[in-house]
Order: sequence, then structure tokens, then C-alpha cells
Amino acid sequence: MNILRRTALVLAAPVLAIVVAGLLTSIVLLTVGDSPAAFWETILSWPENRSLVNIINEASVLYLSGLAAAVGFRMNLFNIGVEGQYRVATFAAALFAAQAFLPGVLNTVATIMVAMLAGAAWAGIAAVLRVTRGVSEVISTIMLNAIAVSMVAYLLRRTGSREGQTIVTDTIPESSWVPGLPLLPDSVTEVYGLAILAVIAGVAFSVVLNRTRFGFDLRATGQSESAAVASGVNVKRMVLYSMLLSGAVAGLIGMPNLFGVSHNYGSTIQTGIGFAGIAVALLGRNHPLGIAGGALIFAYLSEQANPLGILAGISPEIIAVMQGVVVLCVVIAYEVVRRYRDRLEQRSVAEALDASGPSGSGGSPTKEVTA
Amino acid sequence: MTETTKVAGAAAVSLSGIGKRFPGVIANHDVSLEVRPGTVHALVGENGAGKSTLMKILYGVQKPDEGTIVVNGETVHFSSPSDAIKHGIGMVFQHFQLADNLTVLENVVLGAEKLHGIGDKAREEVRRISKAYRFELDPDELVEDLGVGERQRVEILKVLYRGASIIILDEPTAVLVPQEVDALFDNLRELKREGNTLLFISHKLDEVRAIADDITVLRRGTTVTTVKPDEVSQHQLAELMVGEELPSPSTAESTVTDREVLEVRDLRLTDVMGRAVLSDISFKIHAGEVLGIAGVEGNGQTELVEAVVGMVKPTSGTVELSDEDVTSWGTRDRRESGVGYIPEDRHRHGLLLDAPLWENRILGHQTREPSVKGPWINRDGARKDAERIVEQYDVRTPGIDTTARALSGGNQQKFIVGREMSGEPKLLVASHPTRGVDVGAQAAIWDHIREARRRGLAVLLISADLDELIGLSDSLKVILRGRFVGDFDPKTVTPQQLGAAMTGAQAAEATDPGQQAGNVRRPDQGDGPTDLSTGGDA
Amino acid sequence: MTVSPPQQPEASASLVKPTTARSYRIWLYIGVLLVALSTTRVFTGADDITSAGTLRAAMIAAIPIALAGLGGLWSERAGVVNIGLEGMMILGTLGAGYFTYHYGVWVGLMGAALFGAVGGALHALATVTFGVDHIVSGVAINIIAAGVASFLAEALFTGLPGGGPTQSPSLDRPPTVTIPGLDGFTSDLADKGWFLVSDLAALVNALTARMSLFTLVALLLIFGTGWLLWRTSFGLRLRSCGESPWAAETLGVNVYRYKFIAVTMSGVFAGMGGAYLALVASSGYQNGQTGGRGYIGLAAMIFGNWRPTGLLTGSLLFGYTDAARLRSGGESVHALLLIVGVALLAVAVWQLLRGARVMAAVGAGVGVLALLWYFSTDTIPGDFTQMTPYVTTMLVLALASQQLRMPAADGLRYRRGEAG
Repeated sequence: MNILRRTALVLAAPVLAIVVAGLLTSIVLLTVGDSPAAFWETILSWPENRSLVNIINEASVLYLSGLAAAVGFRMNLFNIGVEGQYRVATFAAALFAAQAFLPGVLNTVATIMVAMLAGAAWAGIAAVLRVTRGVSEVISTIMLNAIAVSMVAYLLRRTGSREGQTIVTDTIPESSWVPGLPLLPDSVTEVYGLAILAVIAGVAFSVVLNRTRFGFDLRATGQSESAAVASGVNVKRMVLYSMLLSGAVAGLIGMPNLFGVSHNYGSTIQTGIGFAGIAVALLGRNHPLGIAGGALIFAYLSEQANPLGILAGISPEIIAVMQGVVVLCVVIAYEVVRRYRDRLEQRSVAEALDASGPSGSGGSPTKEVTA
Repeated sequence: MTETTKVAGAAAVSLSGIGKRFPGVIANHDVSLEVRPGTVHALVGENGAGKSTLMKILYGVQKPDEGTIVVNGETVHFSSPSDAIKHGIGMVFQHFQLADNLTVLENVVLGAEKLHGIGDKAREEVRRISKAYRFELDPDELVEDLGVGERQRVEILKVLYRGASIIILDEPTAVLVPQEVDALFDNLRELKREGNTLLFISHKLDEVRAIADDITVLRRGTTVTTVKPDEVSQHQLAELMVGEELPSPSTAESTVTDREVLEVRDLRLTDVMGRAVLSDISFKIHAGEVLGIAGVEGNGQTELVEAVVGMVKPTSGTVELSDEDVTSWGTRDRRESGVGYIPEDRHRHGLLLDAPLWENRILGHQTREPSVKGPWINRDGARKDAERIVEQYDVRTPGIDTTARALSGGNQQKFIVGREMSGEPKLLVASHPTRGVDVGAQAAIWDHIREARRRGLAVLLISADLDELIGLSDSLKVILRGRFVGDFDPKTVTPQQLGAAMTGAQAAEATDPGQQAGNVRRPDQGDGPTDLSTGGDA
Repeated sequence: MTVSPPQQPEASASLVKPTTARSYRIWLYIGVLLVALSTTRVFTGADDITSAGTLRAAMIAAIPIALAGLGGLWSERAGVVNIGLEGMMILGTLGAGYFTYHYGVWVGLMGAALFGAVGGALHALATVTFGVDHIVSGVAINIIAAGVASFLAEALFTGLPGGGPTQSPSLDRPPTVTIPGLDGFTSDLADKGWFLVSDLAALVNALTARMSLFTLVALLLIFGTGWLLWRTSFGLRLRSCGESPWAAETLGVNVYRYKFIAVTMSGVFAGMGGAYLALVASSGYQNGQTGGRGYIGLAAMIFGNWRPTGLLTGSLLFGYTDAARLRSGGESVHALLLIVGVALLAVAVWQLLRGARVMAAVGAGVGVLALLWYFSTDTIPGDFTQMTPYVTTMLVLALASQQLRMPAADGLRYRRGEAG
């Protein structure tokens, strides 16, 4: 199949999904008496610079979250615990950074390492349970999310101090802060300095997965565990590494905000990123570029939805509905497209073989049973 | 039994002009078939000839693209198996369609609950049929506790329970040893006596000639001819099936050396419940030697292979490769030291179906040249070598970027064989290496194995194809319930003897003179696999 | 290769042989548990762990989990993994909130079932009709449901008296039932504090006094499922779809149809669980009130080996730990530590006897830790008691996962025409 056809097939599913999701969202709005027209007008208006910066920031954070989930998905592991891992890691990082064992930039770098370790460790619990006792990582990571909330709250109470309505950890020394990037003029907010982590992580993901032996083993295990075992892969070890890696990436999620804006961990930390990341990973089909696209789309929708209440009298929650519907539509669309593509390929293979002469070894493609 | 409303002399089943396409392949075209009522009608053809598809059409699992089906004088259109069942057709699939966690009764009654309910009445009916045909089945036993022969009888019982009078059997003897085949044929003759019509699909010509009244030959999706067993010799039948002469698996001089490549000592493997799956397994394979292991499926062959390859850790015992103790080594390390593995189930263990061929070249070899360089994947190296394999092993594919799924089973297998033989392995573990592969590819694979053996390759061969075993092996062992129960010389052993050892029974006296003559084979007479010919013309 | 049929004990009009041995064992376990709890109560003085109030609360906490698990059971018995139960439960709470406010509790229950069914049907559409991976679809449904619920809650409840953007007004409760005469007698007996007798009295009281009608409905559904799935043709066909859909297909069963029904029904049950949560366990709809019960329900189902009675047992276990912590928080959970520690040590000994040394060591280690914790503290901080249901879930799954048997074709992608 030529490159044009391939690209069209790849994009068909997400585009189709977004269109369908848009339609359904409009219907939901109609049923409660809101105006779809007002909705679309607000959503589709070109964002101001300030909003653009927010979108980039949000997208980079979502990207990291999506990447974390995707590492697991590639191995057929469902790390729903990104939310909890991110929380634990960010808290640990905030505590560590505030202690300032190391000066300045070194502190920043070391803290990022700590965050990755903490996230990996939290994910590791689910991994160990899966590998030793066969406990489904879906349920255990979800449980760990809930446990993380309580545990961090407890530790925060013990180590933090009151600041108005919330409790926060000590502030990180200024020398470790990462300045923002004033990419766009007339913008009150700046792009996170550590947004670059998203790019680095994405490139690393792509390289490791496609060009290294480890990545091959990982993809093989995700595609067919039985074949991977027969090829020499130690699946248990692979599951462990993959979950640890996923948790480590999840640990990065809170870093841009921590070093760029908040400089401490508080009970008002942003929640829901973990789940949004899963949605973004599904939307992007676990591919670094796809996830980037998905992150941008979701960030765009979230940001543009903020003024919905004021401008159109619509609850911003509708965006959550649209995002959810997009995910469902996209996974259905991918399935349909995949099957279509498989059939196309079988047909073209058969045609190519017929053209090249009578086959000495007959038989139909894999569909036919060995008989 | 169902009454067959038939016009006198009319066929029980009549297919004309049947055609069926799948994406990219023509499974059947212009197939015509007349089955006389109350007879056993055999459908023969090699793998991929379209026999299974045709029968699935007759049973309503698939719909024909063109052609007509007439059952007992009535033109029918089946859209699902329930339609076929209503017309008295039942099918016993080659791969048993049974739910392990359900009982015999539940499996039989499923879908036919209206006939006798699902309680005691149904239980009685199952017992009645079982008794009438001497199946000896207990309705409340879990299917997973049954052996292969018993499961097949459950399948036949399912069909009879629904009042089928036209019974299709798809490769029923594929998983049976000769003694079980005899038992099955007795059952079939009993069914015929009761007035049922039987359609028997097979590619084993000697069996077909023993049981069939009429034989229809299918080749490349279309009917070639229909004959009676006494009108045609086995040899002629084989030629009709294949259309050309074929080589045999047998060999001439011995290539066995003294150098030990694999030694297994006192291997023992117990499962989670403490039952012994393998016990006292000891054997040696030398360079240039093929050790064949015969056995009924489920007697430990799979576990033995997995223990040698390193996928499973034995409870006790040692495995040594070239005098090095590898018992604690994992699969990767063993492969790196020169073990190739052709798995029994190529889709589950041999390929990444949705990956391109060149990535499949890397599978199993992802730590060695030419697929890798250090921690990195060497794309060019893998691609070049994939191309080499495609050429050397005559893998029919448009290119190495094609996904493995799109290739036919035979070509997939050839690719796997080519891959596993690369890098000059010292030991090749081949588990059913030509299963589901058509005869041409089968011969090619045998040639490659023989060639490698001449160069000093040691081979552990597991196969259900007794002819393959007898033809390729230098020494033969039989495995039963996890133990070796016999050593045989391939040059002198008969399939009957092997079968007896495989089932632990005394060698049965051949009851059918036709079978007796047909089953004694000398490997060096080279007339082809028993599928196609035997020592003498009948 | 001959099979000699075992003696048939007695004629039975059912598909399944009677399992008398198993029912004996259940009574034994209940007895042991009661004794253990009673002993702990007397030893630690934490009276609330076997009080009628706690036991009743345990049941109330258990039912939503059980209903969610029931949904999971229906779905997985037909071969479809349903991670979206949480989302369907959320939809159920919303439906209950809305319909009860406007039309009363029984319409509220129906409404919740309906909303849950919509979620179930979506999951069925994705997995059965389109062949999407079951877990991916479930996760997507959860995302959608959460969004829909918070959006609709804001739209439907703001402006209503007592309501707001994230909660419904206070709602009616379903009627309760009490067996006359028994209430006074048993609660007096329970107050006496006698070993075992009072605890039994408390148990009886919890079961016979002020039991919500919804609880009875739920129990009916649970036991009814057992009858339906194991003693009828419908049930046989449904289960065959989860054991071997290809075999079922060859026998003329419309596998798609049964899977679709099963998954939609799983949404119905999860939705009803949500209704129970909103109407019996709480006083109305609240954003996020499900708190992971959909997943805990799945854990209960796994614990129960995909059978209704086991499911109920598992749910009661979770319900009990949840109730204990809610009522007297630190004290009760602290006392439970003692039982857990002792139980783990017992399990460790048993594992050692079986030869599983690593498991025994781990069990013993955790057990000792639990006991140390118990003896070195007086109570447990609030944050930790919050975790109790979640930690319990993980513990149960970690201990129980090995001996179970899930439906053979559970989670597999099934497409028509692949049989044979």
C-alpha cells in the first residue's frame, strides 16, 4: 500500500471519532436545553495568546501522562494507576527538593530522579503483585490510586504547614526553580521551562521502542506473549520493567508545574491528569506522535471550555463528556479501520502472488484452519 | 433417528457449482458432489484444497457465493448451523468444539435444549445413545477430564442427539493412533448400518480406501473426479490429489556421529497438583542425528520440548548442551548457544502475526547477528537476512514488509524453518514441523532438515505424522504418560507397532486384510508418504 | 480408555449435581468467623465490631458492591470483561437521584437500571459488535460516565431545594421491613455482651430488623442469577459463550446476542447498585460517591470464583471492613488488625505445611507486622482507615488469585465465522 493510502487510513479513525463525538455532544446539549451553536462558537474561537500558552503547558503535561500509560499499553498492561503514581512522585519530589541537599540546578535534576523513582516504586507494587500472584494490574493500580490519596494526605499533614485553606509542603529554594519560556508576547503566563521534558520523553520512547532490543522485546510481548516467551523473553521481568518505566514516566508529570509555578506540593494539586492521560494514549494509539496530537486536542478542548459557563451558560463539564465520547469512538474506529486494512493487505498479497505465477505452495492466508 | 424423506434413488446431499471466495483467495470454485444415501462418502485432497471450506458451507458456518445445495431432494439455503441441523446434518469438526469446564451433558445439550430439556430426560437420552453405539460416556463428567478418543465420541454424540442422519467428519483420524482409528471405523460402520449417511474428509488415502464407498477428489478448490475405491489404485488416487509426482521423506546413508549435542538425564516435571507430567526422561542426541519422538498428543511431548528449549523449569534432572549444563538457563541463553526451535503452534509461538516479515526474522534471535548490534536493532541486517530466507526457502510473499498474517500457513512455516536454521544451530527442536503444510512445502522442509543433518545438525523431532517420523528419524522413541516406553528402529518398525506403543495396548491384530497390506511400509522403498501410496497395489 | 460411570446419588431435575459438601463448608466458615470476631471483641474491648449496628451497616455497604459484582459476573460468564462497572454504577446513582426526586424510589430504581443499561449497551456495542478490546472499552465508558454524570448533575440539580451542581436534594428512602417481636429481644441480648451469644443475637437483629426492601430485591437478584445461569437453557447458553463461544456457534447459538444481553444486564445491575448507594447507603446523589466500588465489586466476583454465593461472601467481607471503619474508625480497624495478623500467621503455617516456603515467609512477615502494629498503637489515624476497603481488596486478591477458575474464554475477542 502506498504512503498516501497508509496515512489516510491512519488518520481516518481519529478524524471520524472526533466528528461523531462532536455530533453526540451537540445532541446531549440539546437534551438539557443548552445551545450547541453557542458551544461550538466558544470552542472553535481562536485562543488568545494567554490561552495558547496554557494549552501548550497543559498539552505537555498530558503528553507525559499519555506516554506513561502508553508504555504499559504497548505491553498489554493497563496502568490505570498513573494518577496515584503522579501524586506520590510529586509529593516525594516536593519534599526532597525543599530539603535542598544539593544546590541549585543539581537539586532540580536530582529531584526529577527522585520523582521518577517514587513513581516507579508505586507502580512497582502493582507489578510485583501481578508477577507473583497474578493479580490483575487494572484493579490493583486503581486501588493504589485511592490508597495514594489517603497516604499522601496523611504524610502531608505530618510534614506540611497550613497556608490558608490548604496544607502545603515547604517551598523549594529559588535557585532550583526553572524559569518559564516567554514564547508568546502579551501573555501573563509563560510556558513551563520543563515542558521540554515532554519532548525528551517522547523521543526517548520512540527510540527505545523501535530501535533497541529491549523495545523489541517489549513490543513482542505486547503483541503476542506466547511468541515472546518462545523467543526467549522473560515475560515476568518484562512486566516488571514495563510497569516500573511507566511509573517513572508518570513521575515526570508533576515536574513542569512544580518547578515552574507552584514550587511546593499542596492539597490543591491538579487531579484527573492520570485518567486524561489514559484517554490521550488511547486516542493516539500509543504512538509518540499520535499521543502528541491527542494531548494537543484534549488540552485545546479543556482550555477553550473554561469560559463556557460565562459566555454560553453551559457547564464546562460537557467537555469531559466530549472527551470520553471521543475515546470510545476512536477505539471503535481503530478496530474497524484495522480490520479493513488487514483485508486490503490480504487481497493485495494474494493479487501480487497470483501475478507472479502459479504458487507451488498453495493454501489460503491465515484465515484457513490447518487441515 | 430422523426419517429421511427421500425420493427413491435420489442423493442424500447434492452440491453443484459451489463457489466461495475469501479476501484474496478462491477457496472453492465449481464444486459438484453427489452423496448416495446410506453410504460413506470420502472427500480427499491435500491441505488447502478446499475440503474444510466446502463442508463448512454444507453445515451452514459459511455461505456459498454461488451454487446450489440440495438435501434429500430439497433445495436449501443455510444461514447458520441451526438451519443445517434442522435438515438433519451434523458436523464433527477436526478441532473439537467442546467447552472444557462444562460436562458432557451440558456440551451435548447446548443449543438443543428444546429436544429433551436440560435435566433428567436429556441425561437419559445421552445415556441411551452412548449405550447404543458403545461410546461409554458419562453425562456428568467434565469434558476436560476426557481423553482425545472420548472427546471425539462426545462430538459424534452431539450430532446424533440432534437427530442427524447426514454426518460430516472433518479429518477425524488426525489425532488418533491406528488402534483408535479401528475403533472409530467400527462406530462409523455401525452408524452406516443404521441408515445414516457419512461424509468423511481426509487426506489419508489408506484409511479412506478402507472405509469409503465413494471417493471424491478435490484439488485447488475444485472437484477433480469421483471414484469408487476398487476402481482406482492408491497411487492413481494420490496423483489425482496432487497432480504430480512427489518425493518421499526417506533417506539413504546415515550421518550420525559420535559427538553428543544434547543429553537429557532423569528429567522429571510435576505440575501444580503434584502429578508427574514427565518422569525418568533420559536420552542423547548426537551431531548428525535425528531423534524422533512419537506419542499421542497430551502425553508429555509438549512439556518435553518446552523443558529442552527452556520455557519450563524441570522439577529435577539435567539438560546438557554439548557437555555444558544448561538446566538453569533460560530460553534466551539456550537459543544463543545454538538451539533453534520450530514450535508446534506457529501462530502462538512462532510469529508476531501483525508484524512485518523482517521483524519476524528478529524474533527468537533478538540478541544475535544479524538482527542486532549491541543494544540496538540492526534493521538493515535483519531485512537483508529476511530476504535471504525468503529466497532460499521459497517463501511466497510479495516482500519482507508484508505482515506475517497475510501469508499462507505453508509459507509461514517455511519462513520459520528458514529462520530457525540460520546461524548454523547445533540443535534443532522441531515440533510438528510440517503440520498444516501442503505436500510440496513439506518435502522442501524435509530436504532442508536432511541437508542440515548432513552438516552435523542434531534434531529433536516431535511429530504426529508417523510417516514423517519413520522417514526422517535415525532413532525413534515412544512417549506415553510422560515416560519413554519404547525404542524403535525406523528402518524396521511399522505404524501398527508404533501405534500400539503409543497407546500402551498390545499390538492389535489387523482385522481388515486391506489395512494389513496397506500399513506395512518400508521407508527405503520410496513411494511417498503413506498418505499417497503403500507397498503394493490393492 | 474406558470410562465407568460413577454411581448417580439421586435423580435431579437439574443440569448440575447437588453440592451438599460445599454448603456444609460455608456454614463452617461462618461459624469460625463468628467465633474469631467474638473472641477479638472480648479481648480488645472494641464492642462495635460485632454490634448489630455494624453488622447492619456491613450489609448496607456490601450490597452495592455485590450488585456491581453481579453485573461483572453476568458479563464475564458470557466472556466479556467489564471494567466499566464503575461508570455504569455512576450512571445508576445519577438515574436514581433524578428519577427518585421526581417520581419516587421505585421509579428511581428503574431509572437507575435504565441508565446503567445504557452504559452496558455501549460497552456491548464496542466489544461485541465491533470487537474492541474489553478493557479499553471499559476504561472509555468510565471516562464518559463520569463526565456525563457531573454534567447532567449540574444541569438537573442546581436550583432544586437542597440540591446543587454536585449533589441532588435529599431523597426519600425505600421502605424497610422488620420482623415484629424479634427486634426487642435480640437487641437486648446483644447488649449483654456475652461471648458468642450476644454476637449471634446481634447478627439476627441485623438480619431481621429494619432491613431495606432494596436489600431484599438485591438478594433476590443474586440468588435468582444462580438459578437462572445454572438451571435454565438461557443460562447454559450464556455460560457457553464464556467457556467456548466457537463451540456454541457451531451448535447454532447466537453468541453475539447472548453476549450483548449479558453485558447490558451487567449495566443494569451496576446501575441498581448505584441506586442502592444513593438511596439506602446515602441520602441522595453525590459526585464521586461510588468511590471505586465498581472495581471492588470485580474483586468480590473474582474472590467468589465467578459464582453468586461466593460473590456475596466477598462483598460482605468488603462491606464489613468498610462499615467497621465508618462507624468507629480507628478503634474497630485497630481491633481488626489483630484478626488479620492472626489469620495471616495461620495461613502462613498452612502454606508452610504445603511446602510453599516463600509464600509462608511472606504471610508470616506481614502477619507479624500487623500484630506489631496492633500492639504498639491504640488506634489508627483517619487517613489510614480511609484506605481499609482498598487495602483489603488488594490483600484478598493477592491471597486468593491462584486457586480460581475463570470462564475459559473470558476476555477473548470473538468474531463470528471463525469456528472450526
